[in-house]
Amino acid sequence: MKRISIDPITRLEGHGKIDIFLDDQGDVANVYLQIPELRGFEQFCVGRPVEDMPNLTARICGVCPEAHHMAATKALDAVFHVDPPPTAKKLRELFYSIFFATDHTTHFYALAGPDFVVGPTAPVAERNILGIIHKVGMDIAGKVLKMRRDGHHLIEMMGGRKVHPNWGLPGGVSHGINEEQRREIEQLGHDAIEFAQFSLKLFEDVVLGNSDYLKLVTGDIYVHRTYNMGTVDGNDCVNFYDGQIRVTGPDGKEHAKYPAADYREYIAERVEPWSYLKFPYLKKVGWKGFVDGADSGVYKATPLSRLNAAEGMPTTLAQVEYEKFYDTLGGKPVHHTLATHWARLIELLYAAERWVELARDSEITGKDYRVLPTETPTEGVGGVEAPRGTLTHHYVTDDRGILTKVNLIVGTTNNNAPISMSVKRAAQALIGKGKAATEGLLNMVEMAFRAYDPCFGCATHSLPGQMPLQVTIRSPQGQILQKLGQYVTTGPDPLTLSVP
Amino acid sequence: MNDEPKGKLALYWAASCGGCEIAVLALNEKILDVDALFDIVFWPVAVDAKVHDVEEMADGSIDVCLFNGGIRTSEQEYMARLLRKKSKVLVAFGSCSHEGCIPGLANATNRRGIFDTVYHQTPSTENPDGIEPQSKTQMAEGTLHLPVFYDTLRTLDQTVLVDYYLPGCPPEADRIWDAITAIVGNDLPPPGSVIGAETTVCDECPLKRNEKKIKKFYRTWEIIPDEETCLLEQGLVCCGIATRAGCGARCPQVASPCIGCYGPNKGVHDHGARMMAALSSVIDSDDPREIDRIIRDGIPDPVGTFYRFGLAASHLRRAKPTDGNGALSKR
Repeated sequence: MKRISIDPITRLEGHGKIDIFLDDQGDVANVYLQIPELRGFEQFCVGRPVEDMPNLTARICGVCPEAHHMAATKALDAVFHVDPPPTAKKLRELFYSIFFATDHTTHFYALAGPDFVVGPTAPVAERNILGIIHKVGMDIAGKVLKMRRDGHHLIEMMGGRKVHPNWGLPGGVSHGINEEQRREIEQLGHDAIEFAQFSLKLFEDVVLGNSDYLKLVTGDIYVHRTYNMGTVDGNDCVNFYDGQIRVTGPDGKEHAKYPAADYREYIAERVEPWSYLKFPYLKKVGWKGFVDGADSGVYKATPLSRLNAAEGMPTTLAQVEYEKFYDTLGGKPVHHTLATHWARLIELLYAAERWVELARDSEITGKDYRVLPTETPTEGVGGVEAPRGTLTHHYVTDDRGILTKVNLIVGTTNNNAPISMSVKRAAQALIGKGKAATEGLLNMVEMAFRAYDPCFGCATHSLPGQMPLQVTIRSPQGQILQKLGQYVTTGPDPLTLSVP
Repeated sequence: MNDEPKGKLALYWAASCGGCEIAVLALNEKILDVDALFDIVFWPVAVDAKVHDVEEMADGSIDVCLFNGGIRTSEQEYMARLLRKKSKVLVAFGSCSHEGCIPGLANATNRRGIFDTVYHQTPSTENPDGIEPQSKTQMAEGTLHLPVFYDTLRTLDQTVLVDYYLPGCPPEADRIWDAITAIVGNDLPPPGSVIGAETTVCDECPLKRNEKKIKKFYRTWEIIPDEETCLLEQGLVCCGIATRAGCGARCPQVASPCIGCYGPNKGVHDHGARMMAALSSVIDSDDPREIDRIIRDGIPDPVGTFYRFGLAASHLRRAKPTDGNGALSKR
């Protein structure tokens, strides 16, 4: 069979490669998305003092260190059987909301935005953040830079550092905020709300206002009917920091709702020999292969899934957008993968609103942001919603708090199977049937994974090099049949280019 | 400077977390200044130049390459060798390429241990057939390949010759800018040097210091420290005493001890050994048994405490490889 290798896939965090196999008619026979990385945090964290985990696991991913820092900190609460005081919980959620707004901004503008704002088949040299700046102007670029700068500034103010904060402790956080800091946080939060509304308007104008893009979003190239997962509060509304994990079926009905600590009853992970990354699935439904539907345990944990798995947003402005989202796309649940970008911006608005809400909370400048644990450490699970999906940290310690067991199921790992399926479906719809696999079409295959905002660095507890796309099509004998434009290459890893 | 031709700059990430990329992006508007000074010929996170573009460049045609990440797989080693060959100046950028960083703690174990834990023992893994990822897998449609996962994580200078080092996990944006201006102004220390401060975190820490005399070390969850006073004096193992400055002592300012991410100061090779020497000088006892107890009770994981960031670059480098499947490097 002929093979098209997209190696590595680009504009995501981390490394992956796609192998597309073509049959004799030139149609897509099968597609594999491989993750070639592993670092082994679950092994080398054993023997470490458990209180180091917020700092150690932050190094799983420098793009979303706050997510690992926070999941680890919550796991420490559980390990030490300590309940942080209200001020501590609110400070953590405030910090986390600021992080979410900052991270979603990065993804929309730097990674995914170019496909829409510049165009899915636009010239490669323009299909990046600089292309966006050229297209929309420095005015908008300035807004994006400000949003990111404000976010990092506040993360550093609260957590110590812009990247890799050093702040979380069992029972609370190491440091609080004063009134002057609180005022600045609130003020920048109002700017963030404005920025989120601006971004939604931009999406509306550029994507929904363009009939070609709208067809892409609502068409059948990028669609999978799977289960959806997300954390919800007591009213079944979306929450990033705390709550119960809710899973709804392809029909939108509740399949399960459970505290993060019970994850093992609901989630299992499968190993395949051709990828370093495991494939989680719903244990009670079972693994039926890379297929969607109610009988397959494949589930998604993304911004779209969080909206699908909840009954609404807990803040006013985001709720209005939530309703508009489902009205426009024909009701709940939405299974169109590219709608994830829209869902992400609704979450950006929610994060900004929550940020302001918490900055105005009367307890937020309180001095009781920490209590000392008094019980012997044992075992605990901490869960948060990472921007890329439900994140679970599970630790077991000896009675001195030295780790004896570590298990991590991170945001992107949840989505390993659906991402593979989405990429295959897009490839089958776009390539073959007599059409040559142009660079633009292959980028549209990549758009299938980009919607998930995957972080394969996180997923493999590693973040290796992101290298550009290269495509070589070879015959079964290894003869080069087609080299695609600027992608002509001999490849960084000769192994990836060999053919059976 | 505007009359001179622009230099050529490359940035790359290997086995790292992406935090170094975020730190570069945290230059914010100064990114435009970098763009004015250099043609960025390769920066996968932001620029669409390809690996084949690099392969086709003349050797030495990149003026400066900022390389972050350690070397854990065959693919990363290939990229390190390629960029070394193409670059006049290769900078080990950030803790991972400089000294291995947190991923270097994996050198206390080995590939077999990692595979056993990740693919067999973690409680959510369901793997009744004992499957493990393979460098080659025969599928119905053809063979799928994965890069080789090495037994040991190596620093960049254990793989190729490195000209300069920029420490930090990640380096602060201000230090990145300092390094860029040093390179552009040709105001560089001798090759092989760290571009950075030559003092310790203590020297830039605003917390109040008195005499350091420790009778007991505390774990961070055991005490609530006074936020104005030196954390080490209060018995928290703060690594600032033996760690290179450059971060602005930010962690102690939110009442968290320095964890040592900028690595050893000038003239020190082994960060952990230096930390141990520094701590031993503040323990308030002459009785060997009491000293043993103070250390054993307060510092239960010396490797993870003293070599948190520097194990791969230290004299220890890794735990002794054991016999058996996968324990020895296949390099």
